[in-house]
Amino acid sequence: MDQAPPPAVQAEGVVKRFGPTVALDGVKLTVQPGESHALVGRNGAGKSTLVSVLTGLHKADAGTVTFGGEPAPAFGDTTAWQSKVACVYQKSMVVPDLTVAENLFLNRFDEKSRWISWGRLRKRAEQLLADYGVQVDPNTRARDLAVEQRQFVEIARALSFGARLIILDEPTAQLDARGIGRLFDKLRELQDQGVAFLFISHHLQEVYELCTAVTVYRDARHVMTAPVADVTKTELVAAMTGEKSAGATAWHAAGTATPPDASAEPILRTEGLTLEGRFEPLDLQVHPGEVLGLAGSAASGNTALGEVLAGMRKADGGTVRVHGKDVRSGSVPHALDAGIGYIPEDRHDQGLVLERSVAENATLTVTDQLGPWGTVLPSRTREFARGMIESLDIKTQGPEQPVSGLSGGNQQKVVVARALAREPSVLVAVRPTAGVDVKSKDSLLGVVRRVADEGNAAVVVSDELDDLRVCDRVLALFHGRVVATFASGWSDGELVAAMEGVGERE
Amino acid sequence: MTGTIRPSTADDFNGALKGGAGDDSPLSRLKLIRWSDFSLVPVILVLMLIGFIVSPVFLTSDNLISVVQQSSELSLLVLGQALILICGRMDLSLESTIGIAPVVAMWLVLDSDGGRFAGLGLFPSWSAIPLCLLVGLVIGAINGFLMLKLRVNGFIATLGMLTMLRGLHIGITEGKSITDVPESFRYLGKASWFGAPAAVWICLVLFAIGGAALAWLRHGRSLYAIGGNPEAARAAGIRVDRITWIVLAIGGLLAAFAGILYTGHYGAVAATQGNGWIFQVFAAAVIGGISLKGGRGTLFGALTGVLTLQLVVNVMTLGGVPALWNQFLNGAIIIVALVISRFASGEKQD
Repeated sequence: MDQAPPPAVQAEGVVKRFGPTVALDGVKLTVQPGESHALVGRNGAGKSTLVSVLTGLHKADAGTVTFGGEPAPAFGDTTAWQSKVACVYQKSMVVPDLTVAENLFLNRFDEKSRWISWGRLRKRAEQLLADYGVQVDPNTRARDLAVEQRQFVEIARALSFGARLIILDEPTAQLDARGIGRLFDKLRELQDQGVAFLFISHHLQEVYELCTAVTVYRDARHVMTAPVADVTKTELVAAMTGEKSAGATAWHAAGTATPPDASAEPILRTEGLTLEGRFEPLDLQVHPGEVLGLAGSAASGNTALGEVLAGMRKADGGTVRVHGKDVRSGSVPHALDAGIGYIPEDRHDQGLVLERSVAENATLTVTDQLGPWGTVLPSRTREFARGMIESLDIKTQGPEQPVSGLSGGNQQKVVVARALAREPSVLVAVRPTAGVDVKSKDSLLGVVRRVADEGNAAVVVSDELDDLRVCDRVLALFHGRVVATFASGWSDGELVAAMEGVGERE
Repeated sequence: MTGTIRPSTADDFNGALKGGAGDDSPLSRLKLIRWSDFSLVPVILVLMLIGFIVSPVFLTSDNLISVVQQSSELSLLVLGQALILICGRMDLSLESTIGIAPVVAMWLVLDSDGGRFAGLGLFPSWSAIPLCLLVGLVIGAINGFLMLKLRVNGFIATLGMLTMLRGLHIGITEGKSITDVPESFRYLGKASWFGAPAAVWICLVLFAIGGAALAWLRHGRSLYAIGGNPEAARAAGIRVDRITWIVLAIGGLLAAFAGILYTGHYGAVAATQGNGWIFQVFAAAVIGGISLKGGRGTLFGALTGVLTLQLVVNVMTLGGVPALWNQFLNGAIIIVALVISRFASGEKQD
């Protein structure tokens, strides 16, 4: 074994066109066995297309792909592809109502017998999971798994096909910090066994934590490949955006605006607001010009608090007041009328009607203002939408384009447009930058800041440090309780520690 | 563009007024029209050509008027169902409502002694139409209660309602036809305005109102949001349950109204009135481009769906297809029409 083993995957000069658009323009990628290789780039850089080519979903127009030194299987030979490479998508690819064991061996239950032997199936599943050190009971239904456990199962399934390259597409998007930790531990373990990972993420911090090498794509072209240790975050962002960025996290509340006036009457005030099992009675005050951060992991109750403020859930007790007036709990129309704008956590769940147009989605909250006597005039809708498209810089073919055709960052801007349409005096944003690229992230957070700077109040609910940097004040929540308060200028370490409940136990 | 009865003229006019800024010019606006909404228009033209070749009778005004007359009752059910489907629900009981609503109205109105059918005579005979509509509204509201308050499965709930109302119908009428149709029913079913049956005009007007509501009214537009993504609609402040409930009630109302027209036209309520219609209703809606999953489709499309189905039946009759084979051909045609519209519109049907 003098020679280095052949790379787990090597792609050279891959070209892929969809009609007139060039999705991949002669790109290359090499992942060594046992390596975690990050593939980063802004939305539309060609990452997803490359994944499709590498997993055999699309046929490249030109270029070569080899796995472990052997040429890629013929296009359409699904079984052969499965034995080379697998992709764990953001969306779950397991059947939720079947057990883990059944999911692992779906459609290949038993080679020898026509009948399924459930006992043997379970044993094989146990064996497989044990081989890779995945601690999941094969009898649980897939729907009851935590997100990272579901990902482990998908990885184990891929490995059982013989694949030695796993592509992870935004694996951490739905995980809280704890889940991410567990996922990364597992990935490192598997790396030691010689499994290679191609890691696709918008989250640069994770790239630094997990990966050894990074490849950057921009506008369908390969920009650079380098060991992670040799590039700084700034250089990486510059490579992704193609411009000299003033640091990825340009947003910091300090110095961006006049400090909020704490003596003024608070715009948003809650008293004893509580939701059973989610968060304990909570008194909040948000002053004009202030952005309040509610930091905490998914289980901390901060998302539920955001939903209560927006009227999506009914509080079990306490009051919400905007400009001194009570807001009826559990009613979105009342919250909207009171001036609360809402950017929901998941744009696919609560944010967008995907098949409808940009204009329609952006004006969903203001249909009462677009014409007399309950009418909605198409001309006014378009005009309104055009204003939004311009002010938020939404990249779209026009107001009539269905939102399903937009990139993630631009979809999120449409959700923001919808929240801003009523010119809210309180903006509640839950994880507003989940799954968007670096540049969109900056501009989305800029919008939140701008809303506050115009004399309104904003509440950002998130566990993303970058999101929380726009805040003037951050409350850290842990298990439904505020455990710490930070003025702007906190250090990453202390906030993360507070969100993780460090020091809380002792 | 998603307008139902395309507001193209109004838009173009507005665009011209604004000086046609950039992409408001008529030409580029033309690109935005969802041509799939019109995918059945060529099919209808081809059918008319075939009809013309098959029989010289086809293109006579008498024949064409009878086609649209026969379409009118079905089209009202399709109108109701289309609205319900767009907001992501379905109501199977419409086909029983078309029979039970007139029966209950007549039962309450007709004298207890005279005639072959003994009613209760509780209300004056002028109230037959309002009572009938009220029955439809109540049935729709009950469906709404089952689906939205009790959160039971809408498909099975309305299937149960379908069977139950059919049974009620047979129970009240003892399985016989009622021929003592109130004069007001008879008028609506038989009258002719401007050379065409009143029922046809009424249908067109109702479709126009429905289309306009979906295109230009905020509550109408909200149906698409509700059907497309109810959670997003709720987050945007739309009162999802309330609007869905209203739409279900309107569906029942339209079915009852179809019942009035049908009863008036034939001068009797048969014990099987509406039996088996729901398949035609769904077929017409889906062929016309309405998604069974909600959030997509237009009333214009639904209307062309109804016309397509009725024209095929008419052409077959004129072509001398034996009546015994009608049912077989009807089913076959629904499948063929489905496939044609799938590829003519280029959209998956779901």
